[in-house]
Amino acid sequence: MNFESFSEFLLMDGHALYVWLSYGMGLFIIVFSYVQPVLARKSLIRDLAQRQRREEQGSSQVNTTVSGLERNTEKNSGETCL
Amino acid sequence: MNWTWFYKLGSPKWFYETANKLLPWFLWVGVVLLLVGSVWGLAFAPQDYQQGNSFRIIYLHVPSAILAQSCYMMMAVAAVISLVWKMKLADMFIASAAPIGAAFTFLALFTGAVWGKPTWGTWWVWDARLTAMLVLLFLYFGVISLRSALENIDLASRASAILILVGVVNIPIIKYSVEWWNTLHQPATFTLTEKPAMPSEMWLPLLVMVIGMYCFFAAISLMRIKNEILQRERRTKWVRTLISQTAKL
Repeated sequence: MNFESFSEFLLMDGHALYVWLSYGMGLFIIVFSYVQPVLARKSLIRDLAQRQRREEQGSSQVNTTVSGLERNTEKNSGETCL
Repeated sequence: MNWTWFYKLGSPKWFYETANKLLPWFLWVGVVLLLVGSVWGLAFAPQDYQQGNSFRIIYLHVPSAILAQSCYMMMAVAAVISLVWKMKLADMFIASAAPIGAAFTFLALFTGAVWGKPTWGTWWVWDARLTAMLVLLFLYFGVISLRSALENIDLASRASAILILVGVVNIPIIKYSVEWWNTLHQPATFTLTEKPAMPSEMWLPLLVMVIGMYCFFAAISLMRIKNEILQRERRTKWVRTLISQTAKL
């Protein structure tokens, strides 16, 4: 151990500002680099799941609409549509 | 010569599954090494007879500078693979690595400036190495903004790959600037071939920090590439199954 006491360690022989500013920024960068992709993954999965659910609902709705249209054209087959 | 391994590497699904297996190893080893290295460097390494305790900033400054340059070189290799073989995964690596490289470059510049103040009396000087590192930061920003600006993904891949390759000339400038020119920044602490001039109690924690940073970089890259894969391959069956399973949990 290079320092006699913990307070000496914190003071870094007068260079405390420089050392702790650097290590503080380093810690911030490391933590941020980890947290950012974790959060991105969560929101990505949420969005993709929502989109998938909507697509499944949408495709089932399209099936009913299409069959409705077919019935309609059968009824009006003699008329011209404008 | 059997090249199947190369083409397997191009499969996003294979890469996603492999990344899942490798990720915890790289993350834990990286974090532990960074912690051990920092505590060792901060508390146990002897202080420099000229610089005193501010020299301890080396344990952040040198690893982040090494990673900043290595990351760019990896992106350059990926750029060639992306342009020549049109491998999607290479492009995904570029997209994932650029922000990490920028973060490391920023950290190197910041810690360098903070270290420079007590050592040289100035936060900044336009010497060869510092200026070239700043150029590196701008190159990273350039790649990131180019990719976000271009809607078409193929265009974005090609443009950013070309930008990376044009900028790669900057890396030997950074590396050899301290040899070619009479600059303020001191020459290399580490070379791959010679033993460093410092005593082992000083450079051993530095080695630990460098390896730790590499492992951490690998872990974060894998996390980001996984996100890229999910986003780009969202239409495939395996991703759709994975999403519906994960979302249910």
